[in-house]
Amino acid sequence: MNARAEVSKVIFPFHGGVHPPEHKDESSQTPIAAMPVPRQLVVPLHQSIGNIAKALVAVGDTVLKGQMIAEADGTVSAAVHAPTSGRVVAVGPTLVPHPSGLPEHCVTIESDGEDRWIERNRFDWRNAEGRIIRDYLRDMGVVGLGGAVFPSHLKIGGARDGLDTLVINAAECEPYITCDDLLMRERAAQVVEGIKIVQHLLQARQVLVGIEDNKPQAAQAMREALKNAAINFPADVVVVPTLYPSGGAKQLIKLLTNIEVPSGVRSTDLGVQCFNVATIYTIYRALEHAEPVISRVVTITGNVQRPGNVDALIGTPIADLLAFAGDKPGSQAYIYGGPMMGFELPGTSLGLSKAGNCIIAKNGALFPEKPVEMPCIRCGKCADACPAELQPMDLYWFGKSKNFGKAQERNLFDCIECGACAYVCPSNIQLVDYFRFSKSEIWAAEKAKKAADQARERHEFRQFREEREKREKAERAAAKAAARTEASGGNVAEAADAERAAKIKAAMERAAAKKVEAAAAQTASDSVTPIDPDAVSVPMGQAAIAPTSNEAPQAVESAAPALDPEKAERIRAAMEKRAAEKAAAEAMSPEEKAAKEAEKKAKIAAAMERAAAKKAGQAAQQQPGE
Amino acid sequence: MLLAFVLALGIMAALALLLGAVLGWAAIRYKVDEDPLVDKIDAILPQTQCGQCGFPGCKPYATAIAGDEADINRCPPGGEDGIRKLADLLGKEFKPLNAENGEEKPKSLAVVDEAVCIGCTLCVQACPVDAIVGAAKHVHTVVSSECTGCELCVAPCPVDCIDIVPVGETVTSWKWRYPVIPLTPVKVAA
Repeated sequence: MNARAEVSKVIFPFHGGVHPPEHKDESSQTPIAAMPVPRQLVVPLHQSIGNIAKALVAVGDTVLKGQMIAEADGTVSAAVHAPTSGRVVAVGPTLVPHPSGLPEHCVTIESDGEDRWIERNRFDWRNAEGRIIRDYLRDMGVVGLGGAVFPSHLKIGGARDGLDTLVINAAECEPYITCDDLLMRERAAQVVEGIKIVQHLLQARQVLVGIEDNKPQAAQAMREALKNAAINFPADVVVVPTLYPSGGAKQLIKLLTNIEVPSGVRSTDLGVQCFNVATIYTIYRALEHAEPVISRVVTITGNVQRPGNVDALIGTPIADLLAFAGDKPGSQAYIYGGPMMGFELPGTSLGLSKAGNCIIAKNGALFPEKPVEMPCIRCGKCADACPAELQPMDLYWFGKSKNFGKAQERNLFDCIECGACAYVCPSNIQLVDYFRFSKSEIWAAEKAKKAADQARERHEFRQFREEREKREKAERAAAKAAARTEASGGNVAEAADAERAAKIKAAMERAAAKKVEAAAAQTASDSVTPIDPDAVSVPMGQAAIAPTSNEAPQAVESAAPALDPEKAERIRAAMEKRAAEKAAAEAMSPEEKAAKEAEKKAKIAAAMERAAAKKAGQAAQQQPGE
Repeated sequence: MLLAFVLALGIMAALALLLGAVLGWAAIRYKVDEDPLVDKIDAILPQTQCGQCGFPGCKPYATAIAGDEADINRCPPGGEDGIRKLADLLGKEFKPLNAENGEEKPKSLAVVDEAVCIGCTLCVQACPVDAIVGAAKHVHTVVSSECTGCELCVAPCPVDCIDIVPVGETVTSWKWRYPVIPLTPVKVAA
């Protein structure tokens, strides 16, 4: 089809770009075919940028179409749903569409053929808060279907005072791919409903739909749909010239609005937000029909009998899709995505993911073998072609020599890996391969650096903690020792001395009283003079040991003298014993201490031995069982 | 003549005193406590704190390298890449890893076999980055995000329940390879 839509008058070309053979007509001639439900679906759980979704189902569970089988893990993540009803037969690492060819978590569902929907309730998004809508979109698994699979809920809300321009990316600039073209031709009205929703959510002041001029029917359909829909905001279809990569977000924004998004700045900060047209369609299906993203339109083209577009369930094995389109012999490999940015699939048993917009069966006629890479001749053609206005030859040079710091300085991370540079290179250098290599090396180095910093921090903290524990232990020991020395030679001793002195004094007084008494008794018996009770009782009263004797001196008179010497004797003996003990303790103190410590050590050693024996016993018990 | 001589001598002496005072003041005022080179070397070392270099941790090894007391090729976890970086930093000649210190291994993690663990806490005490959690007589486990794979916990374990498992490559950790041009074999007539 050579018909071209007329390019809009007001467009602002971006730098560079290339125009490879379009190869779109092969697949754009037939309407979207509905793919029958396959027998088995392999649904990858990592279907968005960010964290892999957490599986909610186990092997043996029955699931219904549209049932959430994995929930979003964190903010940058999106849910995954069962594409049809059936039984979960496997949950675990399975081959996924990824250039690494490594397995990742997937849920394999055996369909029961009934394709029974889970109960759905229409979501009243018009009366919902922005936060609720974002969560809803996340739980509906809405991600950018242009290829980057960025979770859409992160792009909605954020602009508080509204957006200047909402750009709908329908450029579909990569050769071979026609899924957005067909989607707009056949479902333009629904896409426009989606545009209305997103315009409302973002409070966009105008909407521009960017379509390349090689899709005149799509442009026409969108224009009509916009006209027919009762819209209360300015919206226009802008036809841009076919020039790869006009579908890059920054490139399309430049084309439509003349706003250049600088390095490290988000377009939202400049009042522009870009959504892929297929994403807009799924937002409409999610919000108006409570339909999660469980299917997408995918182009199957290249070396197949019936190239065209298929509405396929997510998780449909690539082999089934190829069989549906009539796989022809002679295919060397299958490209996932377009010929410029796609990669060769590691197999055909793996399931279609949300990112899968195109599958190209590659053969020698369509993709002649690339000539051998020759040295760079510094012609600068790659710099002319680069839509990000980088110097690809420098980046190539730094990548090749693994001088990643220099590559980063020259804005390697602004490279969108479009492949325009490699396309124009007269030396057939696969420049993008070097850029991807450099990027992943830089990411890995950053990750390693972060891990090392964390380890260093933890190690330093451990050392600090050990030091602190040691210090605290020493302080505790010192405090204990201080307490001990105080107890043996400090205030307590003085108190004891005072007590002793008091006791000695009392005893001496008692002894004096006894003598007086004895003398009195002697004189009484000798001269038989009557006893003066007061004379006896006063010294007795002074002796604090028998205060009761004061009250009835006469009554105890005879008992007191008998009791008192006995008591004094006992006290004296006790005091002597005590003094001896103390003297011994003072004299023996270091030896005693050592003995005490040895005893303690022996006790600890014994406890340790006991513990070791126990452990050995446990180990012996456990090892035979292993 | 004599006056000029004395004057010149006086000026030089005054200058010398002044400059000496300035230098002396600067030496006290701008004293650098720690050798900044140590930090630079420490930043290159992988911080596994494994002690394979013969020093009790990365920082002591960095200090030894800075003091020219240790060679730069004693860090197996840092590998050839690390040695190259150290050689660049210090202006030294690259030399292959000293085999006595061990060999470069892929990134690994310690994994406690929880069925065998007796809860002795010996590995908890051995871990240089506090990546093992557990209390006495309770099963221990390794916090995999913090584990550096240093293997220091393996030896103290009385029941050998700790395995060092290579991490392997996942979709998220996968790296694009260095582009190589495949060579096509050419048949040569015998």
